[in-house]
Amino acid sequence: MTKASHISRKPVGRDRVIFNILSHIILAVLSACCLLPFILVLSGSFSDQTSILTHGYQLLPENFSLDAYKTLFKIPEDLLRAYGVTILVTFTGTFLGLFLTSMAAYVLSCRSFRFRYHVSFFFYFTSIFGGGLVPWYIFNTKYLHFHNNIIALILPILINVTYLLILKSYMTSIPEALYESAKLDGAGDFTIYWHVALPLCKAGLATVGLFIALNYWNDWYNAMLFLDEGRSDLYPLQYFLNNILTKAQALSAAAARSGLPMSDVPSEPMKLAMTVVATGPIILLYPFLQKYFVKGVTIGAVKG
Amino acid sequence: MKKHKSLLLKDLRENRVKWLMILPAAIVVILMCYIPMGGIVLAFKEYNYHDGIFGSPWVAFKNFEYFFQSGKAFTVTRNTILYNIAFLLVNTLLQITCAILLSELAGKWFKRITQSVMFFPYFISWVVVGAFVYNMFNFEFGAVNTFLEKIGADPIDVYSNKAVWPFILIAVSAFKNVGYGTVMYLASIMNIDSQLYEAADLDGATMWQKIRYITLPCIRPTIVILFLLAIGTIMKGDFQMFWQVTGNNPMVLDVTDVIDTYVTRSLLELQEFGMTSAAGLYQSVFSFILVLLANKLVKKVEPDYALF
Repeated sequence: MTKASHISRKPVGRDRVIFNILSHIILAVLSACCLLPFILVLSGSFSDQTSILTHGYQLLPENFSLDAYKTLFKIPEDLLRAYGVTILVTFTGTFLGLFLTSMAAYVLSCRSFRFRYHVSFFFYFTSIFGGGLVPWYIFNTKYLHFHNNIIALILPILINVTYLLILKSYMTSIPEALYESAKLDGAGDFTIYWHVALPLCKAGLATVGLFIALNYWNDWYNAMLFLDEGRSDLYPLQYFLNNILTKAQALSAAAARSGLPMSDVPSEPMKLAMTVVATGPIILLYPFLQKYFVKGVTIGAVKG
Repeated sequence: MKKHKSLLLKDLRENRVKWLMILPAAIVVILMCYIPMGGIVLAFKEYNYHDGIFGSPWVAFKNFEYFFQSGKAFTVTRNTILYNIAFLLVNTLLQITCAILLSELAGKWFKRITQSVMFFPYFISWVVVGAFVYNMFNFEFGAVNTFLEKIGADPIDVYSNKAVWPFILIAVSAFKNVGYGTVMYLASIMNIDSQLYEAADLDGATMWQKIRYITLPCIRPTIVILFLLAIGTIMKGDFQMFWQVTGNNPMVLDVTDVIDTYVTRSLLELQEFGMTSAAGLYQSVFSFILVLLANKLVKKVEPDYALF
């Protein structure tokens, strides 16, 4: 991304001028399209219930109001618990996943490991063939007893073969001589992995770790499959939001706990306020983390 | 074979630590992928909870017959494939256009902001995208209908209108994925040797000529490979997208149901294990064949980029 773009040094021609105007317009329009849904949700969350019910959602709030957020934070327990579950799952899953993935990637990157192609294929095969949802679901619920178990939110997306291969290609670029000299100093494989390989691929670890964290933060699918309504205390943030949006009773339950009569609950702006609260951390972190994701996409594109 | 085995045993002894380091990841993959693979026998069984996967009685191809005769097989396969083709064409076109425009932009901040804004939707969950769709298309207070009313047009009820869904889904897919692909193609354009452009400048080439005769031919391999690899996943519907965007709305299932949503819905709502595993196996086998085919084609065009 650092390379300069291909700007001609000659006087600016007419084609360049037209091109510049066109490209600014196209990119501005497309960016506006990407931004629009966010603005609509933000504006809706700051509107009052009556103006939405009479005039609908608009680009700018008709009557600015903080009611939705006030109601939401009147009963913060559910929301905070969902946040807590998501944070717990994201941290555990990311560190465990990164540890297991990088450890396996280190071994697969060792040229001295005779079976590295076989083992790589063992991992790779799972990304091109699977048994389908039903056997997986039955095995997880009937035999592993994942039903209503927080492990069901962690284990299914713990190991991602693509990330394993990305880390492997990072580690393959480490000169073998470094491993050799560590070995001469009497270091075992785990020591080499921990003290030589890991420090040398910090950028790769950051990139892959962020992708894993993002997957955990955004996961609602496993919660939908494995958690009953009775265990709503295990609901992660995104599934909690999903229920507020799609199930009327989730919202009325929240209303009942806030002590407000259902008719006084700003249900429409509340749905959007909830969306804003669930997306907030990603929006805030995005500017700082974007470059790692760009790196990840670029590597993934070159070779998986 | 025997020699191979003794080699493996020897290696297990000598490289004990290395094998132990692979073990935890391997166990996760065995539990989450390989053991469930054995469960594909369910497609040929009538599952009951008591007897489990292996104790339930065999029914040969009855589950498949049921799936194909229900008429659902054709609808969901058609939807899956047609949507994937449409997504691929529209997204690729937009991604390449954006990448070329961004690569030629001189203004640094405009470039950075537009690229960041377009990449951002990739990071939000499908639940949030579902909220966006609700916010825009809800019949009573959706922003689209608010706007239509303001300009004096009739409001549209998307939840019973089959014709609009392909457009909504294509737009949502573009919204979520164009930024990601743009980053990818932009990286590929940045790898082009800048001397080519300098030489073209000396020859007095116009912008369009440079794009037409340098940029596009240089990123052609990337385009071709990504296209071919997409063949391998053409039978796989983006479950999270279809589930959240359509809200599982029964009125428009004819045009929005893909294999993955059909299987999940049948599993969760009907507890229909036999037929859904048959549908799942049908999808897995076809996908597998398509991946092999795609890989073969890539090998022919660009051997370096073959998957295996």
